[in-house]
Amino acid sequence: MLKHDTIEKNLGLMVILVIIVISGGGLAEIVPLFFQKQTTVPVEGLKPLTALQLEGRDIYIREGCHVCHTQQIRPFRAETERYGHYSVAGEFVYDHPFLWGSKRTGPDLARVGGRYSDDWHRAHLYNPRDVVPESIMPSYPWLFSDKVNGEDTPKKMRALRSVGVPFTDQAIASSSADVDGKPEIQALIAYLQQLGTVMSNRR
Amino acid sequence: MTSFWSAWISVITIAVIVGCFLLVVRTRKSEVFKDTTTETVGHTFDGISELDNPLPRWWFNMFILSIVFGIVYLFLYPGLGNYKGYLNWTSYNQWEEEMAHADKHYQPVFSRYAQLSVEQISNDEKARQIGQRMFANNCALCHGQGGVGAFGFPNLTDTNWLYGGDGSTIETTITNGRNGAMPPWGAVLGEEGIRNVTSYVLSLSGQEVNPKLAAQGKVTFASTCVACHGADARGIAALGAPDLSDNTWLYGGSFEQVSHTIRQGRSGVMPAHKSLLSQDKIHLIAGYVYGLSR
Repeated sequence: MLKHDTIEKNLGLMVILVIIVISGGGLAEIVPLFFQKQTTVPVEGLKPLTALQLEGRDIYIREGCHVCHTQQIRPFRAETERYGHYSVAGEFVYDHPFLWGSKRTGPDLARVGGRYSDDWHRAHLYNPRDVVPESIMPSYPWLFSDKVNGEDTPKKMRALRSVGVPFTDQAIASSSADVDGKPEIQALIAYLQQLGTVMSNRR
Repeated sequence: MTSFWSAWISVITIAVIVGCFLLVVRTRKSEVFKDTTTETVGHTFDGISELDNPLPRWWFNMFILSIVFGIVYLFLYPGLGNYKGYLNWTSYNQWEEEMAHADKHYQPVFSRYAQLSVEQISNDEKARQIGQRMFANNCALCHGQGGVGAFGFPNLTDTNWLYGGDGSTIETTITNGRNGAMPPWGAVLGEEGIRNVTSYVLSLSGQEVNPKLAAQGKVTFASTCVACHGADARGIAALGAPDLSDNTWLYGGSFEQVSHTIRQGRSGVMPAHKSLLSQDKIHLIAGYVYGLSR
């Protein structure tokens, strides 16, 4: 008979019981997702990022964009009216790590691709208040002077390929030359402009 | 979901609930109906000993209540594998209901305004208000609140239009977007050529320039720029080429700014909105924009 006393005074037993209790949620909620079509099969037309977009994604992470911007549109009318079709799991199959985010200080960016012109993104990232006077977003002027270093790009792509992103050998071979020396702003905008565009009807 | 995973989820979920229930009940102190005890847990700190009281009853009941809540929830909502839940609820169903509900309320309004022309909408106070709200949500980021524009983003409140300002053209512009393309001329004209053409272009809008340079620029303009901007430099709306003879400048009208535009080129892109907004909404926004310049 398991008494409270027995558990409380026996650390090893308590550790095992705690692990059993908290693993229940993970086993029921997380593990099955690794084996579901909805979460493991990419939506039709989903392509891996180009080398430049991939570097842009890393800049997105480095600058902490995901801290204030989410990338997931929930199935509520209020969200789909503003941002477009709700996000589906198959859109994120090639995302490692996911950049869904959990806090919206700024708007959701899951379908920002193609919504604004490249020029707008340049003006906005240089100083958001030039185009949106009431914006509280920080400025990112260094993206215009700093250049992408392509040395590690092939390694990043190979690492991602090992977890299932189908980069071609050709794309990896030319990746360094594709990105090296380009302004960071160009890479970031290339990344932003493809976000969510795989679903054509975004209304 | 396959029946294996459905069973996996159901079994684990129920096992956790039953396990929690047993753990709470079985490890409870025997003095269930006593509120206090004189028994200590057996250790003392500086003469202070800890009484071995049972969990307060209300606290114990909270555990039981949360377990009951869980069971009711799993009965009503789809939590156990493939079981759809008594309410048959899914997040997508809920979204579709919300959309259908909104459609029922708003579609008659949109349909009514879809009958009107863009020009008529701009004269309808209510329609303009609706258009204004949608403009603020979708267009103001580039064109500014109230449509006054910004550097590189056209002012919609003046009467200068790159692609034409009649109702159906505005609607086409919003629906399909526009791709302005001024090629870079730096390599072709050279610095001297750019200086001359800039002088000529600025002279068109009455700015003071070196007349000698402007005269030379006029020759270059006639051979190079007329294809898009027209012989009289009044622009060609079909190409989105701006009128250079007025004093309205999208990318600034100073000598340096105009030189820069000629040297580097410009590509003003208006994104297509046909996949972002329904045609009825575009129609209303077009009406609002049309009204801005009048």
